[in-house]
This record gives sequence, C-alpha cells and structure tokens, in this order.
Amino acid sequence: MTAATLIPTGRRTVDRQLAAGVTLALLGVMDLALFGLAGHTGTAKFGMSLAGASVHVPDLSLPARGTPIVAGAISIVLGALRIRLDLSPALRRTTMGAAIGLFLVSFLCWAAAGQTLSLVGLLQSTATRSIPIVLGALAGCLCERAGVINIAIEGQLLLGAFVAAVAASATGNLWVGLLTGSLAGGLLAAMLAAFAIAFVVDQVVLGVVLNVFASGLTGYLYDRILVTYQRTLNQPPVFRNWKVPVLGDIPIIGPVFFDSNVFLYLTYGALFLVQAFLFHTRWGLRVRAVGEHPVAAETVGIRVLATRYRNVILGGLVAGLGGAYLTIGSVGAFGKDISSGKGYIALAALIFGRWTPLGAVGAALVFGFADALQNVLSILGTPIPSDVLLMLPYAATILVVAGLVGKVRAPAADGRPYVKS
Amino acid sequence: MHLELRGITKRFGSLVANDHIDLDVEPGQIHALLGENGAGKSTLMNVLYGLYEPDEGQIVIDGKPVSFANPKDAIAAGIGMVHQHFMLVPVFTVAENVTLGIEPVRSLPHLRVAGRLGLLDRRRARREVKELSARYNLDVDPDAVVEHLPVGTQQRVEIIKSLARQAEVLILDEPTAVLTPGETDELFAILKSLQASGRSVVFITHKLREVQAVADQVTVIRQGKVVEHLAPTATDAQLAAAMVGREVRLRVEKGPAAPGEVVLAISGLTVADDLGGTAVNDFSLEVRRGEIVGIAGVQGNGQTELCESLLGLRPALAGTVTIAGDDLTGADTRTVLRAGVGYVPEDRQDDGLVGDFTIAENLALDVYDQAPYSRGPALRLDALRDIAARQIAEFDVRTRSSEVPVRTLSGGNQQKVILARELSRPVNLLVASQPTRGLDIGSIEFVHKRIVAARDGGAGVLIVSSELDEIYALADRIAVMSDGRIIGIRPPTVSREELGLLMSGAHRDAPAEAAS
Ligand SMILES: Nc1ncnc2c1ncn2[C@@H]1O[C@H](COP(=O)(O)OP(=O)(O)OP(=O)(O)O)[C@@H](O)[C@H]1O
Ligand SMILES: [Mg+2]
Repeated sequence: MTAATLIPTGRRTVDRQLAAGVTLALLGVMDLALFGLAGHTGTAKFGMSLAGASVHVPDLSLPARGTPIVAGAISIVLGALRIRLDLSPALRRTTMGAAIGLFLVSFLCWAAAGQTLSLVGLLQSTATRSIPIVLGALAGCLCERAGVINIAIEGQLLLGAFVAAVAASATGNLWVGLLTGSLAGGLLAAMLAAFAIAFVVDQVVLGVVLNVFASGLTGYLYDRILVTYQRTLNQPPVFRNWKVPVLGDIPIIGPVFFDSNVFLYLTYGALFLVQAFLFHTRWGLRVRAVGEHPVAAETVGIRVLATRYRNVILGGLVAGLGGAYLTIGSVGAFGKDISSGKGYIALAALIFGRWTPLGAVGAALVFGFADALQNVLSILGTPIPSDVLLMLPYAATILVVAGLVGKVRAPAADGRPYVKS
Repeated sequence: MHLELRGITKRFGSLVANDHIDLDVEPGQIHALLGENGAGKSTLMNVLYGLYEPDEGQIVIDGKPVSFANPKDAIAAGIGMVHQHFMLVPVFTVAENVTLGIEPVRSLPHLRVAGRLGLLDRRRARREVKELSARYNLDVDPDAVVEHLPVGTQQRVEIIKSLARQAEVLILDEPTAVLTPGETDELFAILKSLQASGRSVVFITHKLREVQAVADQVTVIRQGKVVEHLAPTATDAQLAAAMVGREVRLRVEKGPAAPGEVVLAISGLTVADDLGGTAVNDFSLEVRRGEIVGIAGVQGNGQTELCESLLGLRPALAGTVTIAGDDLTGADTRTVLRAGVGYVPEDRQDDGLVGDFTIAENLALDVYDQAPYSRGPALRLDALRDIAARQIAEFDVRTRSSEVPVRTLSGGNQQKVILARELSRPVNLLVASQPTRGLDIGSIEFVHKRIVAARDGGAGVLIVSSELDEIYALADRIAVMSDGRIIGIRPPTVSREELGLLMSGAHRDAPAEAAS
C-alpha cells in the first residue's frame, strides 16, 4: 500500500487504535490492581471433573494474587502493542479476546481465592443455560435469512414453555410436551408469517404485539387455570439426563456436552443442521437469495413468499422447542413470564453472530457463561451486591460482543415485505 | 430461435405504452430498438420477459404462440434479460448467482440420501461458469463476490446467467448507459460472439454510434407505435429524425465562454471511498462564473466521491472547498444548496428522486420550504402543482399528470424531472454528473442548451461525464481526472487521441509501478 492511501484513513484508524489499546490496558490495570494487588492471598482451586467421574482430572490450583498480576501485565503489554502497531484484523480480535480471557481468569482467581470453584460445573451449566438462547437465535436466523424480522422469539419461547408444561402434566408424557411446545411456537410464527407476508404489517411492530399477546395470554391462563389446577396441569415431569456412552466419559468435554438431557442434543443437532443446510445446500442458497434480493430470486423461479412462510414457521417450531426446554427441560412448572427476556437476548445473539448459526451460538454461550457465573458467585459469596450480579449476563454479553464483533450487516431484504407487481 | 411479437398492446390506465407493436427477431440477429424517452421500449421488453402481461397481441416463437405469466416462463422458453438494475445478489459469488435456481447438486452414488439433501456442487458450478466464459469471451472469476465487481463485469455475469439458462434471445435494456467506452467495446465483442453462435440479441440504446456499430436491424418506436424499420447503414440524421420526428441538432451551438470571478475553488481536497481507501487525492480545481468545466475520465476514478464531497454528502479529510466566496468545506448539504448550488447526481434512483413521491413533490424537493412553495409552515399545494405543470411542459417530461409517482416514469423521463428541478432555479454553481444518462437525443439537445444557458446566465458549471461526446459538446475547459487527481487540463480543441491517452495513461502507470 502506498503512503497516499494511508493518509485519509489515518485519522480514523489512529483514533480507533488508541481507543482499543486503552481498553486493553484498562482491563490489564483492573486485573492488576483490583484482583491482584487488592485481592486475597492464598490459592484459588478450580475443579476439573465432577464427583464420581470415571476419569479424574486433578484440580487446577492458581495463586490468587500472582495470577491476576501476571495477567494484568500481559494485557497492558498487549494494549501498548495495539497502540503502537497496525495489526491485522485477525490479530486485533485475538488481542481483544486474550485480554477479555485474562480478565476473566483474574476475576475467577479473585472470586475463588481460598476456595474451590468447579470449573466443569460452571461450563456444564453454561451449556444448559444457553439452550433456549441458541434455539431462539436459530429461529431468528431461519426467519431473517429469508427476509422476515422475528422480534416474536420471546413470545414463541413463552408460549412453547406454557403449552409444553401443560401438555406434559396432563398426559404425563414428556414427548407429548416437547412436541406440543414446539408446535405452539410454530403456531405463533404462523400468525407472524400471515400478518407480515400476506397483510404486509410492519414486522417489528407485529413482533412486539405478538410478544405482548403471548405474555398476556399465558399470564391470564396461569392466573385463572394453572393456579387452581396446579397439581394436574402445572406439575410436569422433567427430562432426565442421558449420558452418552464413551463420549460422556471424556474429561471436561464429556460432562459439558455429553451428559445432559435430550434438549442439549437437539439444540446442537439443530445448530449443525441449520448451519450446514443454510450454507451448503440448494435450499439454503435459495433462502439466502430470498433474504437478500427477492426480485432476483423470483425472476429465476424461486417462490419468494412460499420460502418466507416456510422459514418463519420452521423458525417458530425451533423457538417453541426452546420454550419447552424452559419448563420440561429444566425447572418443570411454568411460571409467569418464565422466558424473562431470553428471546430478546437470542435476537441480540443472532445479530452479534452476524446472522450465522455458529456465530449466534458463540454469543449465546457468552450469555450462558455469564449467567452461570452469576449463579456460582452468589453461592461462593462475594462482596458484589446480588443485584449487580443479576445484571452480569446482560452486561457481559454487550461488552464482550461489542469488543469482539466488528461491523455486521443484516440480510439486505430483512424486514422488507415483498409485494408482487 | 425465431421470435415474433404480433400486435402487442400494453396499457397503464388510460396510457397506451405499447400500441399494436410488431417485431420480428430472426435467429442470429442483433436487433436495435430505438426511440424517445417514454416511447415504450422497456415496457415492450418487460412484456417479452413475462414481467407485464400484454393486454392484446401475441408472442410467437418458431411459429408457435406462447404466453408468459412470469419471467420463469420466459426463461424456460429461452429468453434472457439483462436489466438496467442488475438482478444479482450482491453478497453471492459469481458462480452462486449464475446457478441460482438451477444449482448443480452433488449426487453421491453410494449415499442416495445425500443426493436428495441437495448439497451444492460448487466445483461443478464453477466449471459451468468457466466454460461459458471461455466460450463467449466473458472474462470473469467465478469465485468473486458480485458486489466487489465493477458494473461492466456485473453485466457480464448477467449475460452468463442468461446463457446458463440456455437463452436463445438476449434482451439488453440500455446496457451501455453505465459502461465505460472500453467496457462498451468489450460488450459489443461479446454480442458478436453470441450472434456467431446463432443466438439473437435485442438491445435498447440511445446512442446512434452503437446502433451503427453492431446492429443488423433497427426498429424505431415512437409513442408506443413502430414507426420505422431501418438498416444500420442509416445516417445519424436519418435515425434521429425517425426517433424524434423532427430534425435534431446533434451538437448545440454555443458562443465562446466569458469567464468571470471564481465561483468554485477546490484546493487540496482529499476524500475517502467506502472501503477506506483514497478516492479523491489532493485535488485542486477552479471553476469561474460563465464557464463550463468538464471532468473527463474513466468512471471510478473518484468522480462520484468528488461530487458527493462538494455537496456535503461525504466528509473531506483534507483540503478546502470555497463556493461563491464562502468556505464550505465540510458544510452540510442544506448549507451548500442554500449557497446556490444545483446538483444532478449520478444515480438518479438512489440519490436524485423519491420514487413514491409524485412528480410535483419531487420537483420541489429542495425548495419546498421557500416561497412560493410554502407560506409559513404550510405547503401551497396549488403552487406546487402549477409550477410542476410548467416545468413538465418545458422539459418535455412524458407523463399524464404531475400527480403520479415518479417511479412510474420511464428512465429518461425520471432524469428529466431531476434536470427540471435543478435547472429551473437561478444557481451560482451547477454540478452535474452524467447529466444526460439515459436521455434520447432530442432531450440531450435540449438539456445541453439549458446548461449552456445557465453558463451564459453567469453560473459556473462543473460537468462530470464518461461520455466524451458530451464533454466535447459542453466544456470550455476539459480537466482529465485519474486516480483521484487532475492529471491535465486541456482546451476543448484537444484531440480525442490525446484525451484518450491522458485518461488511460494513468492506468498504464499503475501496473508498471506495482511490477517494479
Ligand atoms: N408501471 C407503470 N405504471 C404506469 N405507467 C408506466 C409504468 N411503466 C411505464 N409506464 C409509462 O409507460 C410509458 C413507456 O415507458 P417505458 O419505460 O417503456 O419507456 P422507454 O421507451 O423505456 O423510455 P426510456 O428511454 O426513457 O427508458 C411511459 O410513459 C411511462 O410513464
Ligand atoms: Mg427504458
């Protein structure tokens, strides 16, 4: 590149380079000062396997003060490098990722000083807690790649959770609950599709309305019926864990990914299916064409509206499954607004993940991790107020993702109704 | 394939866009469709491509009547179309765009299920593109992402896309409007090789030179009717007269310029492009009142960014812009317009017009808040309508009324709406980018006259055009732009050869530099 081409962008790049470098260094200073110098002495122990595991991995012990100090120093050096050198985008992301990772390690050392924190337990609950978010994000992905904005993920989760709980309680059959929960999400999606595609209603407004509708409907039914018939209609069984033979015994990975209930397996199955189909099959190419340039798709004989209907409803089925997890995959009984904003987090994960399934899972896992951490910390007992802890998952998702994800671009026709002329 | 259109009639409400049109396209023929703006050429082609259903008449292929409910039917019958706004998915690769809808899928002999999943066979898609591009000299990289390709190459992708669908007849609607002269020549070579393979081409153009260069047969349409069939050997004057129905002066008369004070002074201007590179690089130029400065250059050498920066649509990274004595570097667009700047943007649909607004509303877009269009906070709709009616008549915008959405106008008539708006008020400075793109020759004559009149009225005029004819017709001074800078200023007496050399010279430097 000639010098001339660097001049104009120079001002902006320098600003950004400086800002990123300072952020890195600040993270380092926090590691060093907050968790290191002002931290506790002793060692922090991290459990690497669960009780009763067939292959036992020894615990990891780290000096509770020394680790943050070293981590902080590394981050500060990285920050300085970031300011001085013009790094490639990949390297930039790596340095930012490293600093965030080191911050996390420092934080954990500080929180677990003198105690034992089960790292495997933390990761295990990360995986399960992110299930509804991953499924919600997949649902969003299916819709938005075809050009329909889906704000109604929250409502689909909620309705799925309600119907799954009631159906599983009434029939005593978990599979009936799983299926009906998924169908309930599909039903709400069908409403979204009909209004958005056939009646060209604004998709954002429509999604919000459907969420309010789902919340109102399930809330009303809960108050009027479930409270009275709690024992017959809102005490569903819960799916038991099923450990995958052999794979479940692998240290660390085993307990996290291969020792859970059917929802986790379905989630990752769906994830890989959607990713593979979207980017490697004829179906996926056509879906993406519809979401990017529907007129071009139509002129080569792709049926735009049919594709959109199909994808929106498919997405609803997936989100409904995520809803079912909230009841019959985890706590059992339905509670009012049990989805507690997970649908919106899923939407954010989708965007942060650049509208790709794998990216969305990354973002969803960040949330799941922060959520799990928040839970563990409140058990370990830290001086952080519990309200702040509850905020952690949301704040962490925004911060991490904002730091690591650059500019994202939605499918070009996302949210734009297609009207045949 | 022998294609005949018999008595095609298409009405939009009371307007008859096509009035019993007959057209006969023989196999291996390059057929030029000529006609004024709004004559009904695009409409006719849209009927042929299944986008509009004709009210009367028939399409006959090899003696058999056919009817198309949608483009899919037309494609199946062997008709391909290259639209003015390309039908390509910008984020897809060339191979993906070409095979969309007819994707090759992998068949795995021992895994029947996998075949049914429709796994994309990217290797075969790539090979298909390569084969077609080799056979017809359509040079493109199958793995390039379409949005990163220059328009000329995108057009080639469109042609390959049609060929991959076995098109026997290829329709091109004003294909050269967005091309550089070099790209135009390449396109013509491609059309010739298609012709050699027995395919036919119908193409629409306003440029007589192109008709004479490639067409075998010319059909002229005026006000929805076929008025004449001509051989391509017809002279400019004959073709022009057939189109417009009167004699057209192909070169406006203008007196010598009387340059006055400097009205636009650009000094050391540097502007970034969308990708963060430098589009305009230490650019300096002065335009005086009473003169027309033409910026000649191959498209994509910073002209677009220069104009956008002058209008406050794109930030200046360095340098100053002074208009009528005021330093307007980095000023917002409204301030620039208030300083008496008229602006004809390069892309009429994205930057010049609001498609769903009426013609009257579009004509008042930048002056709606001034008398006589408004009184206090209220718009005066009657004034809006009256003035619109006057401008429509003056600029010969072909429309039924001033109250129709501007997007229903033909391409050339949309351009006239912008010109009417920008040329109807007194300005200190007129910045016009490709001002006559898509206009018929009669309208070009008129617009050129108006631009010269603006000059004689004391305005400074800056014309950006990739059309050398236009530069020669208008400019009092020609500035050649290359790689974001002015690389030479010449009087209008400069020869085409010298100008061409200047324009391409910079291009020859670049690879040599890279190689050394
Ligand atoms: N969708 C539409 N609705 C109403 N009127 C239309 C529509 N499309 C075209 N027209 C009208 O039909 C007439 C013919 O338009 P057409 O686009 O075919 O012209 P054209 O010959 O291609 O002109 P140009 O050279 O300017 O592109 C014009 O008067 C135009 O306003
Ligand atoms: Mg046209």
